[in-house]
Amino acid sequence: MATPVLDKADATPEPGFADSPYITVTFRVRRFNPEVSAEATWQDFQLEIDPKERVLDGLHKIKWDLDGTLTFRRSCAHGICGSDAMRINGKNRLACKTLIKDINPEKPITIEPIKGLTVLKDLVVDMEPFFQAYRDVMPFLITKDTNEPTRERLQSAEDRERFDDTTKCILCAACTSSCPVFWNDGQYFGPAAIVNAHRFIFDSRDEAGEQRLEILNDRDGVWRCRTTFNCTDACPRGIEVTKAIAEVKRALITRRF
Amino acid sequence: MSTTETTPAGIGPVEGASVFTADNPAPVIEPPRKRTKKTPKSTRGNFEMYGWLFMRLSGVVLVVLVLGHLLIQLVLDGGVSKIGFAFVAGRWASPFWQVWDLLMLWLAMLHGANGLRTVINDYAERANTRLWLKGLLYTATVFTILLGTLVIFTFDPNIR
Repeated sequence: MATPVLDKADATPEPGFADSPYITVTFRVRRFNPEVSAEATWQDFQLEIDPKERVLDGLHKIKWDLDGTLTFRRSCAHGICGSDAMRINGKNRLACKTLIKDINPEKPITIEPIKGLTVLKDLVVDMEPFFQAYRDVMPFLITKDTNEPTRERLQSAEDRERFDDTTKCILCAACTSSCPVFWNDGQYFGPAAIVNAHRFIFDSRDEAGEQRLEILNDRDGVWRCRTTFNCTDACPRGIEVTKAIAEVKRALITRRF
Repeated sequence: MSTTETTPAGIGPVEGASVFTADNPAPVIEPPRKRTKKTPKSTRGNFEMYGWLFMRLSGVVLVVLVLGHLLIQLVLDGGVSKIGFAFVAGRWASPFWQVWDLLMLWLAMLHGANGLRTVINDYAERANTRLWLKGLLYTATVFTILLGTLVIFTFDPNIR
């Protein structure tokens, strides 16, 4: 009896091999290299790929086997680090959570950097303005008690549930870079910053909710939201972003009246 | 594993030497009004909140006012053909219709102006463009509101 060997399965399937799971997919990638040209251009790559694989696997195939100059961010590759948000077929998604079979592989799959941020190279954008907005909402626990706590800060399950949805944010910028207000005016805080403010505003342990609400009451705060729901559609974590923004709006109004 | 088919791209060998190098890279395209450490300047006050609330509340009131207005003017009692100087004069003899029209004028103008203000804020990128567009908008709004108010209050049915 022969020992099963894995070599065969890993080998490239022969053309016309009936049982092959591989299909030919065209990746149409938006390329930009400021060291070569000021113009961004589309470049097509054709690859044999299992449709059950992810877009990120396709990008890896390109980078590792076809064109090493292709530049993109990815770290964990499992949908939690938030590095590889990109515009796939015109929609912001995480490349590591998008399966090829789910985005119609018969047509070329377009891959662009996320919008509204400076493109540095290929799919890499300057995230600094995004993180600046994040910093501006003070995304950390603030208490008035200056003494070192002697025990953990307890919270009921209901109090934790209140902001559970917004704790899921991974700061991938898919929501902020899908927001038409943000595209035209980078001064707007953007959905991601508001989501992270929401996470602390509605945390019973935090005592700076008032301050954060004041920050978001600004000209470039929550009132610039046009409720287009692009952010909720884009969020790879399924956070109800627009709802969170609406809750901040409601908190601002009920605080006043 | 696969074949590469590249469209003519600015990447890779191009005719002639590129003017851009690692030391002399092409300029990147920055999005308009990028956020930095110093922006935005904090604007204490609740103006934006009141603006947002006003849009919702005036919208609800305007639905009643404007639909009622259209119904009276265009549908009921002979429709549009009945409208004339006498019809308007007759309506404005009653304080009820004066208040109705005044309210409709103010709410519709402020509602529209605030809506356009947000559109300008959303789409005009340069500070100067914003300034001029908003200046134009506010001038037109104030002019229309004042003129309309003046007419409603000083309307003289015996004018020759």
